[in-house]
Amino acid sequence: MNDYLLNAAYLVAAVLFILGLMALNSPRTARRGIFLAEIGMLLAVVGTLLRNEIVSFEWIIVGFIIGSLIGGAMAIFMPMTAMPQRIALSHSFGALAAALVGIVKYNEHLPHVDNALMVVIGFEVLLGSLTVTGSLMAFGKLQELIKGAPIVYPFQNISNIILFFGTVSLFIILIFFPGLTVLFYVLIGAALLVGILMVLPIGGADMPVVLALLNSYSGLAAAATGFAIDNKMLIIAGSLDGASGFFLSMMMSKAMNRSFANVLFGAVGSAPSGQAATGQEEAKTVTRYTPEDVSYMLENARSVIIIPGYGMAVAQAQHVVQELSASLIARGILVRFAIHPVAGRMPGHMNVLLAEANVPYDLLCEPEQINDDFPNTDVVIVVGANDVVNPAARYKKDSPLYGMPIFDADKAHTIVVLKRSLNPGFAGEDNELFYDKKTMMVFGDAKKTLTSLVQLLKERAAVAV
Amino acid sequence: MSSSIFDSIYILILAGFVGYMVITRVTPLLHTPLMSATNAISGISLVGSLVAAGSNQGFLSTLLGFIAVTAATINVVGGFMITDRMLRMFKRREDK
Repeated sequence: MNDYLLNAAYLVAAVLFILGLMALNSPRTARRGIFLAEIGMLLAVVGTLLRNEIVSFEWIIVGFIIGSLIGGAMAIFMPMTAMPQRIALSHSFGALAAALVGIVKYNEHLPHVDNALMVVIGFEVLLGSLTVTGSLMAFGKLQELIKGAPIVYPFQNISNIILFFGTVSLFIILIFFPGLTVLFYVLIGAALLVGILMVLPIGGADMPVVLALLNSYSGLAAAATGFAIDNKMLIIAGSLDGASGFFLSMMMSKAMNRSFANVLFGAVGSAPSGQAATGQEEAKTVTRYTPEDVSYMLENARSVIIIPGYGMAVAQAQHVVQELSASLIARGILVRFAIHPVAGRMPGHMNVLLAEANVPYDLLCEPEQINDDFPNTDVVIVVGANDVVNPAARYKKDSPLYGMPIFDADKAHTIVVLKRSLNPGFAGEDNELFYDKKTMMVFGDAKKTLTSLVQLLKERAAVAV
Repeated sequence: MSSSIFDSIYILILAGFVGYMVITRVTPLLHTPLMSATNAISGISLVGSLVAAGSNQGFLSTLLGFIAVTAATINVVGGFMITDRMLRMFKRREDK
């Protein structure tokens, strides 16, 4: 194929990728944007297939078929609650492709690998390999194949630092002596190990940051591939992804009021969660209520805000939450949802679950939009959330939550908390909101509680008619 | 790789800035679709994988290229499909 035509195709593809991501600023334009990005991908792939270097197509076609079957099946059958796992898994696929292309490139140029080429191939296999294992670890934790809690052991930070610098030194030696094939594979092995050890000490609630960071790495691995095969379009696409993941993880860290470093290395040496709570188990009492009590409360409310958290996803309660909101709206009650940026296991997790359950997205509010409305709100319903409504974040300076932007749920007239137990949230900080006089604690499975709540409201509505 | 390495670095950095501009304007409502969309786009390594798998440079290249093509295709096809599936679910009140 004509070189000019091919480059033009790549150029158009790069522009379409940017336009596609830009369209994600509103749900109304988003689907069109994804369509543009798909066209861009199609152009890039078809253009590449027409290149003269590609002489045999058997393996390509087999790869296309297997990949499409697996990818399509995952896209169609994966439940929305499993979205964080799916994202983690596909980061590892993308990174695997980049790493393998790096290995092929290295072998192709042996025994005369240019030093500069070694730099980019090195980045490619390094980022690719550590993303492969890091993402698989994240997948294992999210799928609960591995313990979700941080895994810590003595001298963890020290051994990680040694491994990290060892890997970097290997890379530097390789840049000057690219012909040391054995070293190249040792480098890959070391990077794979770095990926595992990096994610090991990270707990479930920090997953949004880690997933976004792995997103960034897999993008950068693609950009490095672009350097290795001298393809500008790949550099642009990879750089976009890298920036996207990086800034997302920054936003997530900020929403938790934690630094990047704290998320990545914070678990090591920290006290096991729960300790903070046991330290202050004085005679604080909570008042238990039944769904029936709550239903009376709701009938007399004019405005309700629902705050969902990871517990809603665990209990698979998003559909019954929707039923509840619909029945309240039918009664003329103003219902909105307050979504915290770090609620759930990935950025935007709650929004997707509620959208799946048919909650209109204009009811979903960010903290800045809704926080001023809490004092005028009759009932707040907290479904499986904890740290994001903990008032300690506002004033308790020694708390791990201090400074984190939270919802001012405690300012509402009545707060209903649906929870399985009194266990502290991920930060290990006891939540005084639960002991507030205005708070109605309803213990038990959120889905069951909400189902009986919806049932009660329905029955009473029927009687009223 | 040619002497244009600095051109490439310019492109990398400028695209990073574009990424920053674009990403900060994406509504938090759609952060999950954003992740799966960028995930699909990072399947662009497919371009490199195709050359590795199809240019007859020996058994190892073809094998690794084939695995890479499969992995990248999973990302591209699966990523775009699931992004669209998610975006279809986002509806406003009046759309119902």
